[in-house]
Amino acid sequence: MKYGLQFRDVFAAWESILDGVLVTLFLSVCTMVGGLVIGVACAAARVYGPGWLKRLVGTYVEVIRNTPLLVQLFLIFFGLPSFGLRLDGLTAAIIALVINLGAYTTEIVRAGLQAVPKAQVEAGHSLGLSGLQVFRHVVMFPALKAMFPALASQFVLLMLATSVVSQISVQDLFHAASIVQSRTFRDFEVYTVIGVLYLGLAFAFRGLFAGIYYWAFVRR
Amino acid sequence: MIRTFSFIDVMYLVAAARWTLALTVTAFAGSAVLGLALALARIAPVAPLRWITAAYIHVVQGTPLLVWLFLIFFGLPLTGISVNPWIAAAVAFSIYGSAFLGEIWRGALISIARTQWEAGASLGLSLYEQLRHVIVPQSIRVAIPPTVGFLVQLIKNTSLAATIGFVELTREGQLTAAGTYKPFAVYITVAAIYFAMCFPLTQWSRSLERKLDVAR
Repeated sequence: MKYGLQFRDVFAAWESILDGVLVTLFLSVCTMVGGLVIGVACAAARVYGPGWLKRLVGTYVEVIRNTPLLVQLFLIFFGLPSFGLRLDGLTAAIIALVINLGAYTTEIVRAGLQAVPKAQVEAGHSLGLSGLQVFRHVVMFPALKAMFPALASQFVLLMLATSVVSQISVQDLFHAASIVQSRTFRDFEVYTVIGVLYLGLAFAFRGLFAGIYYWAFVRR
Repeated sequence: MIRTFSFIDVMYLVAAARWTLALTVTAFAGSAVLGLALALARIAPVAPLRWITAAYIHVVQGTPLLVWLFLIFFGLPLTGISVNPWIAAAVAFSIYGSAFLGEIWRGALISIARTQWEAGASLGLSLYEQLRHVIVPQSIRVAIPPTVGFLVQLIKNTSLAATIGFVELTREGQLTAAGTYKPFAVYITVAAIYFAMCFPLTQWSRSLERKLDVAR
């Protein structure tokens, strides 16, 4: 059978696709911010906190990192209403994504904090700096520099992983694809165009992070 | 008819996990073959080969797995190639996995010092012999822990095959949740089964990392 590719119908639906891009961007940025906050808090708890808190954070990280995001999403969106907690799709998606990303960033931030040699921390203390001053002037900068590349690639992976929220009918870019597909029946063309758009988003985020890295760590 | 979520449902979920494992094994085999070819092409002394494979890896790592899954499952039939969920999932996961495994193995290969290649060359070994007898045996130590870690990613990612109707653990969970109307209990059980599969591998990967002492 001969099949001719026809992209015209797909491009005609550019408004739905653009809406999807915006929702995906919104989800990604919200999750990156939320995941970073959780990651920093949990990493600090895991490195400096009391024993029980370390174990608690450790359990959180292991449970999340060893189960699929899709199942976590279903648990929050379909499972929580059993307890009378009914969330709309977008809220459930952001909560699930933040909890998921938080576990990964915890490990990255922890590794970054521990990458600073102990002797430097001790040197700071011996100069009479307080705990907070040591963190601010000795630990923070090299730790950020060490964790930044891993964090950036985790964020890009997260942006791509947001596509699963389409499974609880959040109207992100991937959901837009299924809408356009059901209108045009141009499956191959639709998913190719959507794939290229995700690729563009991934390159844009990588470029942005590389720019931030250069601006913050290389230029000075 | 609404039935209760009982022990037999748990057993059905456990039974469905074997399809998760079967898909993981198939996808791993496909990823390994493609990934090895990619890793070798990425360090090959032929520049265009390096460029093409680098582009492939960038493209695959820059697109969601779901897109590959849908492109192959819904898109290919239009071109006259018919695919069932099994084949679509196996192909999509192999494409996706090969990009990651290829990068892991390339990293392991280039972590071996340049002088090792030169030592092999000075003993009169051909390029293939250097790779086969000098470089690969050493880089396997570096490659094993992240490869096991990748296996965990693969097990988790197979849950996406549920979206094209492949009945593995997650899809079986969806069906059970719809039948029993106990989504929380069902998805907690599903998550627990995934955890039981992934956690031992995660721990194994960590202990291998310590034992093989990669930092040395």
